Amino acid sequence: MGVLARADADAIATRLADAPALPRHIRLRGPETGLVMTRGRQGGDGAPFNLGEMTVTRCSVRLADGAVGHAYVAGRDARQAELAAVLDAALQDPARRPVLLATVIEPLAEAQAAHAAREAAKAAATRVEFFTMATMR
Amino acid sequence: MAYVAVKGSERAIEAAHAWLAEERRGDPALPELSLAQIEGQLGLAVDRVMAEGACHDRGLAALAVKQARGDLIEAAFLLRAYRTTLPRFGASRPVETGGMRIRRRISATYKELPGGQVLGPTFDYTHRLLDFALAAEGSVPEPAPEAATDAAAMPRVTGLLAQEGLMAPEPPSEVEPRDLTREPLDFPAERPLRLQALARGDEGFLLSLGYSTQRGYGNAHPFVGEIRMGAVTVEFEPPELGFPIEIGEITVTECQMVNQFAGSKTELPQFTRGYGLVFGQGERKAMAMALVDRALRAAELGEPVEAPAQDQEFVLYHCDNVEATGFVEHLKLPHYVDFQSELEKIRLLRREAGGE
Repeated sequence: MGVLARADADAIATRLADAPALPRHIRLRGPETGLVMTRGRQGGDGAPFNLGEMTVTRCSVRLADGAVGHAYVAGRDARQAELAAVLDAALQDPARRPVLLATVIEPLAEAQAAHAAREAAKAAATRVEFFTMATMR
Repeated sequence: MAYVAVKGSERAIEAAHAWLAEERRGDPALPELSLAQIEGQLGLAVDRVMAEGACHDRGLAALAVKQARGDLIEAAFLLRAYRTTLPRFGASRPVETGGMRIRRRISATYKELPGGQVLGPTFDYTHRLLDFALAAEGSVPEPAPEAATDAAAMPRVTGLLAQEGLMAPEPPSEVEPRDLTREPLDFPAERPLRLQALARGDEGFLLSLGYSTQRGYGNAHPFVGEIRMGAVTVEFEPPELGFPIEIGEITVTECQMVNQFAGSKTELPQFTRGYGLVFGQGERKAMAMALVDRALRAAELGEPVEAPAQDQEFVLYHCDNVEATGFVEHLKLPHYVDFQSELEKIRLLRREAGGE
């Protein structure tokens, strides 16, 4: 679900085009956009506090075979939430799971990891070595 | 003082709004700004609106900036108003800033620290000279250099001090924090409630208050223990699932200010922390928040409460720019009846004083 929450609808749809067709689904709830109060901790590791809200879109679906899927994804992309809910339901089917993991989830996860690695590499290029001047206090 | 309802002038108001729309668009011969351009190229304005609007959504914040013609307080106001139209699904687990995907991480207290210092995309060390190359459009900068990464962990500086017993630890707690958006502020306000108010507080107001603590209004000797900026994963436990799931990633900036504490009868001298955490890339705000957070802990740490930045009511009642602008700007509304009575009173006083 974390992978689908980080992917946009177009990226998910593109990967799904390479996967076997999913069964039809009906919407049980949503997609609807609401808010989740994001929390931090005082001092980074102490008592929780409310940092501020974020938009989140949720969707629940049922596939023709009866499996129910849920999704909560950051942002307001209804199509992303619905695709994620459908995939959540389909991934519960042991027969479909391996091929969906291989054609949808893993490629998306690889793309996200590559993006994170590029960012980490840029950050690494800005790593500094400060020298303290002997005459400075 | 009170304002009164007035009627009429609908056509004038419509005309004013039509003119506003025209001014917002500017010269129609020039291309219109897209939300993607605002989000991408005015990213720090977008981040500030999210922080002070207390709602993380870069697209909505970009729309608010566009609608407000770049007036960031008006934009935060628009975002606050919009959020009231949405249902609340619940609260996230506290974000784990120790596990942040770091884009920037610096310390002013340790030259060398595990994981190193990473400048990230910063204005620091730029010359602050206007760059006229940016005035000539059409240039695309070279891609930023990349370097090999090592997997070294980046532990918090406050953790390093805590290991030696030199930093007062944060008591572990899972107490459900009170929520300013659900209940009115009352005093004394506990630290989690204060941090919520500061996180959505006005950057300029907190910057000035933080600055005042450095200049002697409140006894502060702060060091930047650490500033880190990057992406954190947000986890949320939907009631229908009963276990937490990752719902996305957000960028936050965190600042740990390290401050002296003289100790007390029961405690040895040690450092204490002021804490800042804001949505997006907002380093100045995070630093100011951390300074003010520490100043507001004066009473808890047995220090005299003498300066404005240490006064809970003063800080928390006045740090919200949406509330502040509402009350200041309401003075523009018709106060004709009130002012009539003031006029009559002042004329009477002048007659009595023999002036007329």
